[in-house]
Amino acid sequence: MNIVNQLQRQFIDFSTSLHREGFVDDQFTQLQKLQDENSPDFVVEVVSLFFEDCEKLINNMARALEQTQGVDFKQVDASVHQLKGSSSSIGAMRVKNACISFRSFCEAQNREGCLRCLQQVTHEYSLLKNKLQTLFTLEQQILAAGGSIPVVD
Amino acid sequence: MGPKLKQSYHHSVTVKVNEQMGTKRGYTFIQANRAWLPKFLLLWVMVMAFLSTWIYKKMDADNKVRRKEVLTSMCDQRARMLQDQFSVSVNHVHALAILVSTFHYYKDPSAIDQETFAEYTARTAFERPLLSGVAYAERVKHSEREKFERQHGWTIKTMKREPSPIRDEYAPVIFSQETVSYIESLDMMSGEEDRENILRARATGKAVLTSPFRLLGSHHLGVVLTFPVYKSKLPPKPTVEDRIEATAGYLGGAFDVESLVENLLGQLAGNQAILVNVYDITNSSDHLIMYGHQNQDGDLALLHESKLDFGDPFRKHQMICRYHQKAPTSWTALTTAFLFFVICLLVGYILYGAAIHIVKVEDDFHEMQELMVRAEAADVAKSQFLATVSHEIRTPMNGILGMLALLLDTDLSSTQRDYAQTAQVCGKALITLINEVLDRAKIEAGKLELETVPFDLRSILDDVLSLFSEKSRNKGLELAVFVSDKVPEMVMGDPGRFRQIITNLVGNSVKFTERGHILVKVHVAENPKPKDDAKAEIRLNGVSDAGALISGGCQYNTLSGYEAADERNSWDSFRHLVTTEALQNDASEKMTAADEASRSVTLMVSVEDTGIGIPLIAQDRVFTPFMQADSSTSRNYGGTGIGLSITKCLVELMGGHISFISRPQVGSTFSFTTVFGRCKKASRSDTKKSNAEDLPSGFRGLKAIVVDGKPVRAAVTRYHLKRLGMLVEVANNVKIAASAYGKNGSSCGSKIQPDIVLVEKDSWLSVEDGCLSLRMLDRKQNGRMFTLPKMILLATNITNAELEKAKAAGFADTTIMKPLRASMVAACLQQVLETGKSLPGKGMLNGPSVLGSLLCGKRILVVDDNMVNRRVAAGALKKFGAAVECAESGKAALKLLQLPHGFDACFMDIQMPEMDGFEATRRIRMLESQANEQMNGDTDKGSGRKDKWHLPILAMTADVIHATYDECLKCGMDGYVSKPFEEENLYQAVAKFFKTKPISDS
Repeated sequence: MNIVNQLQRQFIDFSTSLHREGFVDDQFTQLQKLQDENSPDFVVEVVSLFFEDCEKLINNMARALEQTQGVDFKQVDASVHQLKGSSSSIGAMRVKNACISFRSFCEAQNREGCLRCLQQVTHEYSLLKNKLQTLFTLEQQILAAGGSIPVVD
Repeated sequence: MGPKLKQSYHHSVTVKVNEQMGTKRGYTFIQANRAWLPKFLLLWVMVMAFLSTWIYKKMDADNKVRRKEVLTSMCDQRARMLQDQFSVSVNHVHALAILVSTFHYYKDPSAIDQETFAEYTARTAFERPLLSGVAYAERVKHSEREKFERQHGWTIKTMKREPSPIRDEYAPVIFSQETVSYIESLDMMSGEEDRENILRARATGKAVLTSPFRLLGSHHLGVVLTFPVYKSKLPPKPTVEDRIEATAGYLGGAFDVESLVENLLGQLAGNQAILVNVYDITNSSDHLIMYGHQNQDGDLALLHESKLDFGDPFRKHQMICRYHQKAPTSWTALTTAFLFFVICLLVGYILYGAAIHIVKVEDDFHEMQELMVRAEAADVAKSQFLATVSHEIRTPMNGILGMLALLLDTDLSSTQRDYAQTAQVCGKALITLINEVLDRAKIEAGKLELETVPFDLRSILDDVLSLFSEKSRNKGLELAVFVSDKVPEMVMGDPGRFRQIITNLVGNSVKFTERGHILVKVHVAENPKPKDDAKAEIRLNGVSDAGALISGGCQYNTLSGYEAADERNSWDSFRHLVTTEALQNDASEKMTAADEASRSVTLMVSVEDTGIGIPLIAQDRVFTPFMQADSSTSRNYGGTGIGLSITKCLVELMGGHISFISRPQVGSTFSFTTVFGRCKKASRSDTKKSNAEDLPSGFRGLKAIVVDGKPVRAAVTRYHLKRLGMLVEVANNVKIAASAYGKNGSSCGSKIQPDIVLVEKDSWLSVEDGCLSLRMLDRKQNGRMFTLPKMILLATNITNAELEKAKAAGFADTTIMKPLRASMVAACLQQVLETGKSLPGKGMLNGPSVLGSLLCGKRILVVDDNMVNRRVAAGALKKFGAAVECAESGKAALKLLQLPHGFDACFMDIQMPEMDGFEATRRIRMLESQANEQMNGDTDKGSGRKDKWHLPILAMTADVIHATYDECLKCGMDGYVSKPFEEENLYQAVAKFFKTKPISDS
């Protein structure tokens, strides 16, 4: 019981900090609420989908931006839009915010700025990935210890 | 994020300040040349000094010229007079000479002797005022001397009175005027001047003058005039020899010039002022003075010379005049110049002072402006800071509240639970406070913008009432809302803010009221009646007697029977309002037509309570933020006192005005006006539809009797029932109702034949038996009655015992708990009228379960190119029991939606590559219309599954802009949900399509 409590506390602390530091927003909470007995791995599933998607898009963009001449900004913009859509869907706020500034550079066709933003997006993405993995591990641990996952408002 | 934001803000403020300074510093000419001002003054003074000097000089010069002219004219006048007098004298001497020649020489013997001559000359002396005397000297040659001396009996003597030495010629005086008798027998030739004179005279034959010398006998300066006297007549053109030859003697006269001139001048004006000198200037190098002192003082600077002609061409004379005194200083000129200078100096100084003042004022102005800008900036910064900080506080507060909620879920001892609950309550209060502060800061920072969307004012009021129903019921308060019929159903405005205002006011009222009622009343603002206002003022001040009345148990015609602060809300005016409305209902068509002409409507909302009221001293600071009536208020009732100030701000933002009337221990009435836009007719009909769904229409045409002794309360009940489309009659008490009912029942059915009887608990309790009799009456007529009226009890709070009693008394059907709300009344009535049938409106707001029931078993297609989005949307919809299929592009969706298909709805992303949501929708609609046409073609042969193909398509979009919404509707979509999904939003969107057939399906 004690361990579960501790884990639960840890979980709450961690997810509060995620909220506080802006990694995720309410949408993520909504997502968590969608998870129930019928779809026990819903969040993990969606998030890993997101990460796959992310990686693919980031690679696409990196490739497009590698060209020193004649960067296809339209393509980059489309990718950023995709990324923005999916990140807002799962509530990855910081990735979404990075995407917003990314798009403005895209519109300005500023390669330097785009590269910088890409770097930032990549950074945020990996950060989020780490964080969420930790969160999921915690979840697993709680479940393994026989506790229920607390709901954070 | 906080500091960064602030910094950037600070930066923007400074930029703004600079801009303002830049644009507003329009320097005037004076301001620009401020450094030159003293120099300008100096220059001015110098110029003015120069000018005054010039004026002085000019005036002085004028004076001098005038002085000189005066001198000239005086001098000339004197000279001319002297000359005239002189020539007159000379002429007389001439005449004498002729006399002598005539009577002494041409007559023989001579007619003149000394005696005659003396006599004659003495008597004619007035003719020769300038001459001191005349004498005649005969020419005697030396050869004739002896004869002459013998003849006269005396020897010829020299001027020194000695016997004359021998000379060629002599000129002894033989006749003399008495005044000069001492020169008789003197030889005139012995004097140097005389001799010369004599010689010159006989040579020229004219009068000649000597140079001035001291006369014999007197020591005055004088000249001697000499005329020759000829013996015989001269030839026509005599030569000098002829003249000398013919000369018989000489007539001479001494001019005592000094005394003569003195005499003359004495006769003239201005004698004192000028000094006259007469000179003999025959010898141009040595002027001989004839009159005046050689070295006399006087104004040497100015003199005038006038020529004198005394008739002797050989001699030249001149008169020199000068002023006795030096020219006096010209005081006039000096004063004028000085005054001019002083005036100019003053003018200059005044101008300078004015300029300095202008500079100073402008400086001050600029300083003030700068300070003002700074102050404003500081104010804005403060509000900004408040907003930021409140915002920043909210995040951790949410964490705290969340943790507390979790904590409460765990196993806690009762003490711990109490603590945790207290902490949670405090936290919630803090959040409320922070939200209020945030609101206020937003308002102050001017960041609060009001929406303009159509909304139903009545349903908002109902919502607010439901918020407070629990509290008011616990306190036993009557809480009611009344909206006048004239208020349009839908108005344009900001529903959220309107709700906030009402919530604030009602919340306050609930907080401060322990007994009685709270009534929210809305009607269209008309011109206030001044008479009523005046009356209200009087009543406001005369508090005491009202208090006595209430203690006496007097009933007032208000909602609860307690006295209200504002008498305008009492039954008298209320009835007026209701009855006029009733009258106007007939002409309502006309009225609405007229009303719609104006684009906005001003509503008057009043919230009346019978609470503790506001102390008179505190009434003027009620709207000041953080000011409660007194410090004990917050102790007793809590709260911060910011609510009313926000309310005021909001009301003013909505173009209205808030005021209140309050009487301590009686109650308060807050009234405010607000301006809403009218909905256009087209949009109104749209929204009306959705609105009508809220209130079931099944009660239209039902007839009800409301039994209530209190007219205001009855009016409120009637208002709610009328909203449901019911016909309502009010009866004062049960007996009246019973009798009316009885009559109706027995005679004509055209009058009201009630389906429902609503009885107020108070009225029922007061005449319990009456109610029973009513019931009995019902039973008696049961056989004849088609339907039995349903009996409903209205109560604010009711005890169990009372409830039992009521049931026993026949109110078996239901009891409606107040506050009344149309939807709640509808629900209860439904329950009563169609027992066993579930209500569409019931449990409407229970959220997921409803959504679940709506979506359960529905096949829904989600179209989105974004895998993650798709998954999330699908997950959300699945959660509510829908069967979800996904399509990753518009084309895929089209493929799936080839008719016939089994989908109940489609959620469509708008931005997709290849084919976007709009295009996909357009194509789907095309397919559908084709299919529909076909179906119409072979009528009745259709599967009968549906009349028409129309798949509800909802757009999914992240930007909820109206333009997007319009676009959605244009291409045939039925609505939109914002991404990411929110339950409520989703529910609202979906409810439109599935609500109409919720239970029939299951």
